[in-house]
Amino acid sequence: MVAKKSIKFIASLIFVLSSITVLASDGGHDKKGDLVDTPEEINEYKNHHLKDSHDFHLFTNNASGTSYGFPLPVIVWTKDGLKTFMSSAFHHDDNGDVIVEKGEARLVKLHSKIYELEDGATSVNLDKDHHAINAHRVLDFSITKSVFGILTTGLLMLLAFGGLARGYKKGKTIPTGFSRVLEPLVIYVRDEIARPNIGEKHYRRFMGFLLTVFFFIWILNLLGLTPFGFNVTGQIAVTVCLALFTFFIVQFSGNKDYWKHIFWMPGVPVLMKIALIPIEVLGMLTKPFSLLIRLFANITAGHAVVMGLIAVAYTSREVLGVPGSFGVSFLLTLFISLIEILVAFLQAFIFTMLSSLFIGMAVEEHDHH
Amino acid sequence: MEMLLNDFSPGLFIMLTLILIVLIVLMRKFAWKPILDALDTREQGIKDALDSAEKAKMDMENLQANNLKMLQEARAEREEMLKEARDMKNKMIEEAKNEANETASKLMAQAQANIQSEKKAAIADLKSQVASLSVEIAEKVVRTQLSNKDQQLKLVETMLDEKSLN
Repeated sequence: MVAKKSIKFIASLIFVLSSITVLASDGGHDKKGDLVDTPEEINEYKNHHLKDSHDFHLFTNNASGTSYGFPLPVIVWTKDGLKTFMSSAFHHDDNGDVIVEKGEARLVKLHSKIYELEDGATSVNLDKDHHAINAHRVLDFSITKSVFGILTTGLLMLLAFGGLARGYKKGKTIPTGFSRVLEPLVIYVRDEIARPNIGEKHYRRFMGFLLTVFFFIWILNLLGLTPFGFNVTGQIAVTVCLALFTFFIVQFSGNKDYWKHIFWMPGVPVLMKIALIPIEVLGMLTKPFSLLIRLFANITAGHAVVMGLIAVAYTSREVLGVPGSFGVSFLLTLFISLIEILVAFLQAFIFTMLSSLFIGMAVEEHDHH
Repeated sequence: MEMLLNDFSPGLFIMLTLILIVLIVLMRKFAWKPILDALDTREQGIKDALDSAEKAKMDMENLQANNLKMLQEARAEREEMLKEARDMKNKMIEEAKNEANETASKLMAQAQANIQSEKKAAIADLKSQVASLSVEIAEKVVRTQLSNKDQQLKLVETMLDEKSLN
């Protein structure tokens, strides 16, 4: 029974991983219709993927030139107020060529970002670093691909864990079906992450945040490994937001001892106390900073490596031949994808673990020195 | 660093902040709280069950120890009773023996005393008979005037024999 299930699992895993390669390679066409196969084009493609995007693009049919996917709503704050329209208005343009006029605002999309043209400008002018000189960025509340992924994750979590909770409410003390998989994970976060780091007395207060963040990051990391090509936890804005949550929770739950250890370190000479203040304040800030950089860098690097290995299929065609280069690329991608599955969990674990460690330090009750 | 800052999307940041707050609130209310409560209840239940099982085991052990103690006490009591009975038996036998001995010796003494007195009486009787016999013999000797000395002696001897055979 178990063996059968694990074979099924491995089979579906291989299917998912292989579809990453296939879909990603199918998507590898530039707008002129030929293959994306020069290093510059591949780099461009990689960078494009690592960024957020305003439409949900799956792949492009090379022969007909049509893209498969669906547009997402764009919500921007312009000088003329809040404007909403579908991203299809840009016609997949990402170079600032298509100008969308909404009221007085004229909007263009450039490198996955929406710019508003200055008054009087009729087209975007770029400097040599590809920065727009006659347009400025707008506050963009669009349901981008990342926001879409976040909402999907939130919905999945509510459904899955709401289901687990409902199971208990029905009077079943032992969950059944998929909930049976989720329960040990919740217990794991509680008993291995929160309890030992925060302590028996206070841990319960922070469980809501820790559990939400753990599963949120984990599911988003895993979504990033699917062929849908999400890169949510690789967006710096996302990791900044997550780390700031930890930061504020730590500061607001910090007890007297916590603040005393920052501003008037007990047990050291007065001169030392003063010298330690800036160091401790800096420490307050570096903790969440390390959280945000770690998550961002790990996920971005993972995506970059996976895409780089997929690109081997194109870049080494002449040396290895088409089947050889695809084979090598497939094996390497498979290998690194397996590692990325581990990393997906590991980063969620580390983020939650360190958050609870910082919270634990803030609520810890010190014995008198 | 500049690229990082350029990539930072304030809109995405604000959206995520809002979504995350809502998500945490919803998850707390609809998922984490009931789940953790249920887990706590279940764990408490398991702990209670284990505790009560442990207690039952202890009670059982106590009961068994009590039983054993009672059994041992009963056994000791029985031993004691048996010992007492044995002692009593021995004592009774001893007493009976002593009594019998005493009675026997008393009887013996009495018998001896009787024998003695009988003996004395017999001797006295004998003496008196001997005296009377002597007198008779003397009478006869005197009465029968024997010619010779031999006849006299023979007569004495026969008469003595007769008498002693009596």
